[in-house]
Order: sequence, then structure tokens, then C-alpha cells
Amino acid sequence: MAGLATVFGSGAMTNSIPEVENHDVIFVIGSNTTETHPIIGIKIKKAVRKGAEFIVADPRKIDLVRFANIWLQHRPGTDVALLNSMMHVIVREDLIDKKFIETWTEGFKSFKESLDEYTPERGEKITGIPQKDIINAALLYGNAIRPGIYYTMGITQHTHGTENVYTIANLALMTGNLGRESTGVNPLRGQNNVQGATDMGCIPDCYPGYQKVNIPGIKQKFEMAWGVKLSDKIGLTATEMTQAALKGKLKAMYIMGENPALSDPDISHTIKALKSLEFLVVQDIFLTETAELADVVLPAACFAEKDGTFTNTERRVQRVRKAVDPPGEAKEDSWIIMELANMLGYKMRYNYIGEVLLEAGKVWPAVAGITYRRIEKIGLQWPCPTLDHPGTPYLFKGGFPRGKAAFTTVKYRPSEELPDNEYPFLLSTGRQLFQYHTGSMTRKIDAMNKVSPEAYIEIHPDDAKQLGVNDGNAVKVSSRRGSIEIKVLISDRPVKGMVFIPFHFKEAAANVLTNTALDPICKIPELKVCAVKIELIKQT
Amino acid sequence: MVTLTIDGKKVTVRKLSTVLDAARKLNIPIPTLCHHPELSPYGGCRLCIIEIKDLARPVTACTTFAREGMEVITTSPYLEKLRKTTLELLLSDHPNDCMVCERAGDCTLQELAYFYDIRENRFVGEKRPFIKKDENPFVERAMEKCILCGQCVRVCDEIQGVGAIDFAYRGLKTKICPPFEKDLDCEFCGQCVAVCPTGALTGKMWAQKGRQQDVRTVDTVCPYCGCGCNISLHVRRNEVIRVSSKEDTINEGWLCAKGRFGYEFIHNSDRLTKPLIRISPKEGFEFSSQSPSFNPPPGKGGNGGVRSSPLTPHNSRFKEVSWDEAFDYIAKRLKEIKDSYGPDSIGGLSSARCTNEENFLFQKFIRAVIGTNNVDHCARY
Repeated sequence: MAGLATVFGSGAMTNSIPEVENHDVIFVIGSNTTETHPIIGIKIKKAVRKGAEFIVADPRKIDLVRFANIWLQHRPGTDVALLNSMMHVIVREDLIDKKFIETWTEGFKSFKESLDEYTPERGEKITGIPQKDIINAALLYGNAIRPGIYYTMGITQHTHGTENVYTIANLALMTGNLGRESTGVNPLRGQNNVQGATDMGCIPDCYPGYQKVNIPGIKQKFEMAWGVKLSDKIGLTATEMTQAALKGKLKAMYIMGENPALSDPDISHTIKALKSLEFLVVQDIFLTETAELADVVLPAACFAEKDGTFTNTERRVQRVRKAVDPPGEAKEDSWIIMELANMLGYKMRYNYIGEVLLEAGKVWPAVAGITYRRIEKIGLQWPCPTLDHPGTPYLFKGGFPRGKAAFTTVKYRPSEELPDNEYPFLLSTGRQLFQYHTGSMTRKIDAMNKVSPEAYIEIHPDDAKQLGVNDGNAVKVSSRRGSIEIKVLISDRPVKGMVFIPFHFKEAAANVLTNTALDPICKIPELKVCAVKIELIKQT
Repeated sequence: MVTLTIDGKKVTVRKLSTVLDAARKLNIPIPTLCHHPELSPYGGCRLCIIEIKDLARPVTACTTFAREGMEVITTSPYLEKLRKTTLELLLSDHPNDCMVCERAGDCTLQELAYFYDIRENRFVGEKRPFIKKDENPFVERAMEKCILCGQCVRVCDEIQGVGAIDFAYRGLKTKICPPFEKDLDCEFCGQCVAVCPTGALTGKMWAQKGRQQDVRTVDTVCPYCGCGCNISLHVRRNEVIRVSSKEDTINEGWLCAKGRFGYEFIHNSDRLTKPLIRISPKEGFEFSSQSPSFNPPPGKGGNGGVRSSPLTPHNSRFKEVSWDEAFDYIAKRLKEIKDSYGPDSIGGLSSARCTNEENFLFQKFIRAVIGTNNVDHCARY
């Protein structure tokens, strides 16, 4: 998100879900959309059925490949090289949008020069994709009228994740493919309200609405609104908190509805950090792996037991309604926070939960026009600054929030930890259709466990042959950080030399293996690339 | 645009609209069983038959394009007699077990039988037996109730792009099944269940949980991925018994396996029900490569296992306390730590699963009450 925000001045999906079906070219890169965002997957298939051309770039043969005109199976972590060489072709074929570049962007000249070295030949060498496919994909995207780019964690969970995002932004900018209906750049958000949590300021450098904590005027505004002195020091990100806890600098944590003991990279590390805290409060609906390490565990209400709003990946603020009572003495998270704030001497009082959204609108004008009454039936997409504003289905119509969007020169650099003799395989982690995140919800559902009972490692048939393993064999997978036992699933989905493990299963937790190396800008860990070795344990 | 007359009323529709689309625009009800607005026209159930001036025989409205100047009649004693006969034929091979059928009250076939007052059937003949053997955990297939409208086949192919089922055999033996009549093995999105006009396809987890009586629906948003699909929770006696989605939503009524069938965690017995305070040192819970089994860990039982059995390790780790006691303890400890190490020694992780309001309050709590910007959530994983 930081990447898009730097380039455009606002980081979110620029189009909306109903617009998907009207693209004439769709480019999906680093997103297994049918499994992670099934309904957007349906929309993409609908667009293809209506005649859209479809490019998929993914190291795994994901289900969407069946529908694609061009499948670019690049080596994991080589997205920059792929996109740069596509842009090289677009410049060479003069498919750039000169008027758009002149009016709305800056820094094109030096950026254009940086593309010189990324010939399709070089692209082929780095990515492993035949150059004719790179050229065809570039021509398809470059000639499109209403193209859309879709990406998720396959792009961002790298040490050069932000650079990957810059490269995608460059591609859209140079072809002028932004600011129109069914035309844009669309990061798909992985969780129901990850957009909302970020919007509402649950990030260490910004107050609600992406307003920087270290800009004096903004801090003053919030001090006025909240009636207390605030800190102007940028806080720690989740991964930095783990480091700080290990160093003894962070003494206490309050964790609401998160399970870092399973979702973080290199979890043995995270568990050690959580254990070293002097005080840990965990508020959740289940006794998660993280809650088991807590000093106090608070029982919370789940989505069906409370009123409020979620903001989906297309910036649409939608109503969540209470359907049933929480079990036992479990309470809404909002009630718990308010009680605790009052206890600590800060008054938090609201007549009904919708007043919190109104308060957010007072400090962040983009949601000022959204009230519960207006979203009774259908949600509104921010920006929606006034009560008569219809919401904004697509962003950047007539300009960018930061004035001109900037091209960013990005050089390809390899991932932090690549396979070597000792750890010869490249491991990527991700999701699968029937489970969700750390499984604290889906693994409580018998039916889901029946179709998706256990963890597995996807291995290419050639690699399996070389290793001498068969389907269902147990193997030990080790990285420099730890090892797990897991069952083999021989599959032609991953590219040769790559293996894949879904991260939902705690008994074979993929994140024991993953690397904590961070992207220097947005601090995202490199969960998509690390080096592992595989050893057969026993024949079954 | 073309203008035509239906039952004496003029209507203008776009080119390539069907007569059925035009009639629906005029709010003229034409019965259908195989039609779905998002799927290709099929013309299989023969209930939408209409008469067109200068055409000798009735035609199906769903497969007939509207033409300029067309004059259409949607109901007449002749048409109604044909429709009733068609329905009788469909019902001649249908088990009359509406009493116990999951879809009673929400079944198009049942509704039509009611309107056409089909009490007894003139046609008695062979029935298609169906032996239930499908072991999949989501979709209950009672194929003896199937009327072969083909909506499930089309939705699976055209919307989901999977094609897990199709017609097999011919004549009375025709059935809809997965390849080689194996168990259903698909993405279990349940789109087929949503479009089925009879009780042939239902959710396995719906059984005996409630149909229409005492059930209210609450519109809300799916708690899983970022698509933000609009769902309706069917609630009976403080229990979510079913999830559905309306067609006029951003997701057009389509859902995935998690959205449609992934609601049972709400009432899971492992839910936390009381605040807990640790009573023993932090230990255990290590990940080891020697973990012997691949099986998912067993459920912990009431209040996260604390109340379940004295043998579970959790019981010795935590004790149940009142909210007041929990709050007192948290407030005391946070104050102590803030006083001795400063506010930046405290950090908060908020949740992408919680609402906007909760996230707003959480960061306000960390910033205004604790006094630090150490607040984040899992956007990066």
C-alpha cells in the first residue's frame, strides 16, 4: 500500500468490483484470485467470457491459467525484470500515452532511459519466460483501451515488494491506464477489513485517513479532536514490535483479533518475542496460539454478534449487523476498548456505535458523507466527503491527490535468500480455497476440515522424482530457521525447483521456515521466497 | 431498441432482449423453472410458453427474441392448461415429501404446484430412484427431486467456470451428476445450491436447523476475504442456521465455499466465554519437527478449553475471572509499565477482522490513552 500511496498519493484499489467485467485486457500478477478472492475471480472469468484478453503472470499454474490467453510463468521474485522488459517493449513499440505522461506525471525521461537495459532477451534470462511471450503480453497490455491490473501478496510479500508495486504503477502510468472506468491498478486486500483497519489509522505512521503522525499541523488537529497531547514519533510496525520485544525494548502488547504466533514469518522467533513480554493482553474469539501466551485473555464477539462497518477491497464501506448474541460473557471489541479507556481515565462514550464512524468523518473528510442511514442497503465507496456525494467507484478521475504522479526507476535485484546447494528449493507460501489465514475460524468447521484436512507441500513431478518421493510421503522441510514435517502433494502447479505450502496449518506451520527479511519501505516480510531443503522421512 | 406489445401493454426493450425480459420489465409474471437472468437461456422447463400473433404454436418466452411490433399473450385458458399439464408431468416423478423437505416454503416447484392447484396427478408411472451415497460435506444431493432444469449445470460452467457436473444418460434415466457418477469433488461454492428451484440441492449443514418458521434474516457482510460479499444470515433461536446472498448485491448473489458454508465457527464450543488470567508461567506450545501426527488438534471445549476438563493443560494455565477483575488487572499492569518504561514500551496490534469503528477506537486508545504510535495490524501478511 505504501508503494501506491507514494506514487499516486492514495493507496487502494482504483476501480470497483462491478467494473471488472468491462475490462478489455486483464493482467493478473501475483494473485491466485479464484482461491483468495473467489468472487473477483468470478468477475474476471465473466470478463473473459465477454471477450476480454487475459494475461496471467504467476510461478504456479493457478486455476486462472485455464482461462488465460498468455501465461507468464516467471521465477518467483523476478517480477521487476518481467515488468521492466514488458515496458521496454512498450517504449520500443511506441505504445506510451504521451499526453497522459505530460499532463499527469513527472520523471518519465530518466525512467525511460532506465528501461534500456531490460530487453526481452535479458527478461527471458532472468525470469525464464520465453521472450516472445513477454513481447506478446506487452503488446496486449500496451494496445488495450480499458486494461486492469490485479495483484496481491505475490507482488508485495518480497523484500522488494514496494519496488514491485512501483513497477506496476509505472506500467499503468506510461500507458495512461488510470483514472477511467474499468481502467486501473487494483491491489486486492486479503481480509474482510484490512482496508478499513488501514483507513482507520491502525498503522504506526498515520492517523485515520493516511495523515502522517509526524507532521505538526496534523498532530495538532488530532490533539484538538481528542483533547490530549499526542506523540509525533512514528511507531513500530508489527514485525518491528517483535524485534523490539526480543531486545527488551517493548514490554507490553495488546493484541486484538490477531494471531501473529502463526501468521508471522519465522514464528519460533515471534513466539520467543511474545513470551519475553512482561505483559500481554489478547482479545479474541478463540484461544488462539497467541492467546495461549497471554497474561490476560478477553473473550470477544465475532462479526455476527455486533454492529458496525467493514470496508472491502474496493473502498466500499458496508454495514455489518448483529444477528445473534455473543456466547457467555463475550463482549464486542468496541465495548472492551471503551471500558478500558474509561478505566484509565480517558472518556470514551458513544450513544451508538455509528457515532464512531461520524467521529472518523470529522477527522478524515473522505468518509464524512457516510452514515449508517445512507449505507442501509448498499455501501458507499470513499472518497465520499459530503452527505449528498454518491461515493467514488474509481479513483483519479481528473488527477492524482498528490498533483502529478511520479515514475520511479526500479532496478531488478534478486530476493534475499535464494536456493543454493544446501537449501536447493525455493519455497513460496500462500492460501488455499477452503481454509482462511491461521485457520482459527475455518479449522473449527468440520466440513472445511473434511475437504482440506491437513497441510501439504506442492512439489513438481520432476523434483519429486529426483528426491525419490511419492504422493502422501512424509518429508522434513527445513530452512535456516527451522523445520517442519509435512505430506507431499505432487503437482504440476509450481514451476520446477519451487515448492508451495499453505500457511493455515499450525501442525505444519509454513511460517516456521519463512524469512523475516523485510521490505525496507513498507516493512512487509519476504514470505513468498525463501530457500529450503527436503528430506524423505518414511514411506507410507 | 424494439417496441412490442405484451398482454395489450406496450414496452420498449434493447435489441436482443427476450420476450421474457420484456415481460419482466412490465412486471408481468411468467412462471419459469429453468431460467436465471445471469445464465444462458435454456428453454427446458416449457413453463414460460407464450402465444405470439401469427404464430401457429406457443413458444418459450425465454428463448424468443423480442421483435418490433410483436404481439404477445402470456396467459390464456389454453396456455394455462398446457402449463398445468407440464407441471403435472414434472410432479409425476417427484416425491411428495414437502413435509420434511429442506426447501419447503422456498421452493419454486412447490409454489407452482400450489398456484395450479395440483392435488392429484393424472400421470402415474415409473419413478427415478436415487441412492444417496455422496460423501461430500457441503452439498446434499437429493436427485430424485431434480427436475432437470439444468441451472446447476449452467451456473457451474458459465459462472464458476468449473464444470463439475453435467447431464448423463437419456430419457427417464437422465440425471445430473459428476463425471462417472462419482462423489461431488469441486470448489463447493454452492452456486448450484443457490439456483436450484427445488429441494434437489441443499446445504448438508442446513438439515433440521430450520426452514421458514421462526427464522429471520439479517443482512451483513462476509467475514472472510476482502471482496466484501453481502450475505444474509438466517437466524433461529440465537443461532445462525444458514447463509444466503441476494441477487441485487455487489456479488450478484454468488459466494464461495467459505462465505456460504463457513459460518459454523460462530457457535463452536471452543469460543471464549469468560475473561482469563494466567496463573502459571509461560511455557509449552513449541513448534517441533518431531510432531508425530498430521491430524488437526482436537477441539478444546468450553471457553477455549479452560472449563472442559481438569486434564487439559489450559486448565492449569488460566483461571476464569470477572470482567471487573480483568479490567483492574490490565489497567494496573499497563499503568505500571507505562510509568516505569514510558509509553513507547507498549504496542498494540489491531485486527483486519474487526470493524472500522473498533479499529478507530483501538488506535485512538493506543495513541490518546497509552500515548504511543506503536499500533499496527496484519496488512502485511
